[in-house]
Amino acid sequence: MTDNLYHDVVIIGSGLAGLRAAISCAETNKKLSIGVISKVQVMRSHSVSAEGGTAAVLFEDEGDNKDSHIYDTIRGSDFLADQDVAELLVRQMPDEIYKLDDWGMPWSRKTDGRIDQRHFGGYSFPRATYAQDKVGFYEMQTLYDTCLKFDNIHFYNEWFCTSILDDGNNNFAGLTVIEMKSGDFLIVKALAGIICTGGAGRMYSFSTYAYSSTPDGLDMAYRAGLALKDMEFVQFHPTGIIPSGILITEGARGEGGYLINNQGERFMKRYAPKNMELAPRDVVSRSMMMEMQEGRGFVHETGVECLKLDLTHISEDRIKERLAGIREIGIKFSGVDIVNEPIEIRPVCHYMMGGIHTDIDGRTEMDGLWAAGEAACNSTHGANRLGANSTSECLVWGKITGMLAAGYAHTHLNSTIDIPNDKILLEEKRIYDGIFRGTGNVNPYEVKKELTDMMDKNAYVFRNEDGLTDGLKKARELSKLAWNHVDDKAKEYNTNFVNVMELDSILRVSEIILMGALNRKESRGAHSRTDYPNRDDINFLKHTLAYYNKAEPRLAWHPVKFTQYAPVERKY
Amino acid sequence: MRELDNMTVKSDKKAGCDPRDDSFDLKKTTLRVFRTNTAQGKDSHFDSLVVPVQRWTTVLDSLLYAKSYLDSSIGIRYSCRMASCGSCGMKINGIPRLACYTKISELEDPVVVCEPLPNFPVIRDLVTDFTQFFNHHKSINPYIQNLNYDKTEKIDEVSSSHSHRQSREEVDKYLQFSYCIKCGLCYSACPTVATDTKFPGPQALAQLYRYYADSRDAGKNRLNIVDDRHGLWRCHFAGSCSKVCPKGVDPALGIQLLRSYMLGISKDKRNV
Repeated sequence: MTDNLYHDVVIIGSGLAGLRAAISCAETNKKLSIGVISKVQVMRSHSVSAEGGTAAVLFEDEGDNKDSHIYDTIRGSDFLADQDVAELLVRQMPDEIYKLDDWGMPWSRKTDGRIDQRHFGGYSFPRATYAQDKVGFYEMQTLYDTCLKFDNIHFYNEWFCTSILDDGNNNFAGLTVIEMKSGDFLIVKALAGIICTGGAGRMYSFSTYAYSSTPDGLDMAYRAGLALKDMEFVQFHPTGIIPSGILITEGARGEGGYLINNQGERFMKRYAPKNMELAPRDVVSRSMMMEMQEGRGFVHETGVECLKLDLTHISEDRIKERLAGIREIGIKFSGVDIVNEPIEIRPVCHYMMGGIHTDIDGRTEMDGLWAAGEAACNSTHGANRLGANSTSECLVWGKITGMLAAGYAHTHLNSTIDIPNDKILLEEKRIYDGIFRGTGNVNPYEVKKELTDMMDKNAYVFRNEDGLTDGLKKARELSKLAWNHVDDKAKEYNTNFVNVMELDSILRVSEIILMGALNRKESRGAHSRTDYPNRDDINFLKHTLAYYNKAEPRLAWHPVKFTQYAPVERKY
Repeated sequence: MRELDNMTVKSDKKAGCDPRDDSFDLKKTTLRVFRTNTAQGKDSHFDSLVVPVQRWTTVLDSLLYAKSYLDSSIGIRYSCRMASCGSCGMKINGIPRLACYTKISELEDPVVVCEPLPNFPVIRDLVTDFTQFFNHHKSINPYIQNLNYDKTEKIDEVSSSHSHRQSREEVDKYLQFSYCIKCGLCYSACPTVATDTKFPGPQALAQLYRYYADSRDAGKNRLNIVDDRHGLWRCHFAGSCSKVCPKGVDPALGIQLLRSYMLGISKDKRNV
C-alpha cells in the first residue's frame, strides 16, 4: 500500500501562480500547512523565462486609466474575454506590482526613482512594468525567496503528480504523486487544492516553452472530469529565433524595434498602420505569415522561411540597459548581435489562452479545487492574450485562489478525507501496468516528435478544415501505436518514465485542440481559419468546453460574460 | 479570400531543430557520459555515445538526442534550455557549466565529457541532490525584512501611497547579485565548500549581500548569521565562483563587500 502525506492546502506547480498562491494562502492563515508540489525543483518553472513585462495601471495622473486597460484587454481578446474577469484583473493589478516591490523585486526605475513602464502590443498606454528583460525571472526569485519567510509553506521538489483524487462526491481529496528521487508512488491528501501547472506549449515542436511545459496538469484535470475551455486558442508569438524557438521579447518592439521583410520594408504598415509592430500578437503573426506567403520572407540557413527583427537603430547603451537578456540570447543561440544586425525570427507557439474551466474566482467544477495562471482558463484573455497580461494574471489569481483555498480549508479543518481505494488502484494500474510495464517497440520520443511536428504544420497560425482533419487523424493514429513502454527500468529519478507519461498527456490534449479548432468555423483572435476568414458573432461568440469521454472528447458551449463593451471590428 | 496556409517552409525541413536531418552540414561528436545509480549502489562508469552536431547544437541538445534515440535511461535534469531556470548544471570537460549554454562547437574538442557537479551528492548519472545547497540559501534569510517601512521616507506621494523609490544607483548596488539563477555552478567550483559543508558557499553569501545592499531592506542581524568560523571568514578568495557563473554574478565581490561592512571599513546603514 502506498504512503500518505497530508496538507491542508496543496498547490500543484511552482511557477508564478503557484508561488503567489502559496504566499497568499500563508498570509491568509498562518496555521494552515501548505504543500507546493512541483515536477521541477521549485522555482525552476517556466515562468522564469517570461521576459518583457507585467501589465498594470500605475500612473493615472499621467494619463493612464483602468478602463483603458480593461478595454484594451477585451478588444485584444477579440471579444471572447469574460468582461467582468478582465475588469478584475485590471483593478487588482496595481497592488501586485507594489507588493512585489515590497518583497524586493528589482523593477527598472525612472530617473526619479519611481517604477518604470514600457510600451507593449495592443495597449493604449505604456503599462508593461518591467525589470530589464527578465521580468518573469525576477518575479520568480522574489516570490520564491519570500516563500522562505513562511514556516508553513513546504516545498516538494521533483514530485510528478499523476492524478487528482476526489472523495466520490466531487469534493477534492488529494493527488497521486511519484517522488522522482526515490521513485515512490504516494498519495497526498488535502482539504483544498490549486492547480498551477502552467501552459503546455511542448505540444508543438517550434515553441518558446521549456521542455517541462507539457499538458500533464491539464490532462489530470480533464481525466478527473473537469472541462478544458477554449483550447483551440493557441498564441503564436511573432518573434521566436530559429531553430531553438527561444523567445525574443515583445519588449524589443516596445523599445522601438522594427519587423522587416526581404525588401527592407516595415511591412506592418500594410496590416496595422496605426500600431505597426505593436499591434496584438495574433495580428502581427498573421501579417508575418502573409508576407512570407507573398514571397517577401528570408530563408534561414535551416531552410525555414522567416522575417527579421531590426534593432540596429537603437543605441547600444539602451539595449544594454533594457534588453541585455535578449542580446545575450541572440549572440549565444542565433550567432547574431542585435546591436549590429537584424535577427531572423518566425511566429512561434507561446501561450495557451485555453485551460481548465474556472469561474471568475478561479473555482473549478470540483469543490475545494481551484486553478490559476496559464493552466486555468478563467477567460481573462479570450481568443488572444495581450503581452504582459499573463504574468499579471498569474499574480492576481494566485492571490485570489490562495485566499479562497485557505478559507475553504479552514472551514473544513475537522472533516475527514475519504478517498475510495479503487480510484487509487485504478491510477496505479494506469501508470504502472499501462505505461511503466507496457510493452511495445515504437520509440515514444519519435511519436512525440511526429505529433509535435504535425501540430506545427496543421494547427499553426492559419488553419483549415483539411489540415485539421488530417492532423486529427494523424494524432489518433499515433496514439494507437505501441509507444507506452519505459525502457529505463530503474526506480530512481526515472525521467524516461516521466517523458512517456508526458507524451500520454500530449496525445490526449492535442486531440482537444484539433477538435476545438475544427468545431470553431470562424476566425477569432489567434484562431484563424482560412476557410472561414471572418469572425462570426452570431454562431461562435461563445466558449468551447471539452469534457472527458472514453471514445473522444465531448464538446459543449459556454456563454461569454458581457458587462458594457459591445463587439466591434478590431483595427490597429 | 485567397487561400493561405502555413506551408511557407520551402523544403520539408521543419522550424524545430532536428539533428537527424542529415541534409545539413553534419558532424559527429562523442559524448562520454558519467553513469551511476547511487541508491542501487552500482559502480560508476562512463558511456560513450556518438551524436550528430550542428553549428548551434548545445551539450543539452546532444544529451537529449542521446536520450531520445540511443539510451533513454540517461539521468539528466533540464527544463528551460535558455539559461534561465538553472537546472542543467554539470561538469563539462572538467569545468562546471550549464549544458544548455555550452555549444559543442565552442568546446573545440572531439570528445565531450559530461559529469555530475562536484560538491553535490549524486542521485543518478548527471543528476545531483541540491538539498544542502538550498538549505544554505534559506539559512541567510533571503528576503526583504521589516516591511514596517518608515513611511515618511522614500514613499512615492505622487501616484501611489505604497511604492518605494529607488534611485538607479541604489538599484545598481544589488542588481548584479540578483541575476543568480541558483544553478549551483559557483558552489560546485568552490574549494572551500569541498572541505567544509557548513560553509554557506558563494551563492548564499552573494544573496546575503544582495538583500543587505537593498535600500528597501531593514533586516538588523543579517551579518551575524555568517559571522563564525564556518561562515564569511572561511572563504579564501580562490575566485573560482565568479569565473564559472553563467550569468555574470560576482559572488567573490559580494563576499569582499560583506567583509568590508563587517570590519567597519564600509559604513553600515544599519550600524550593526
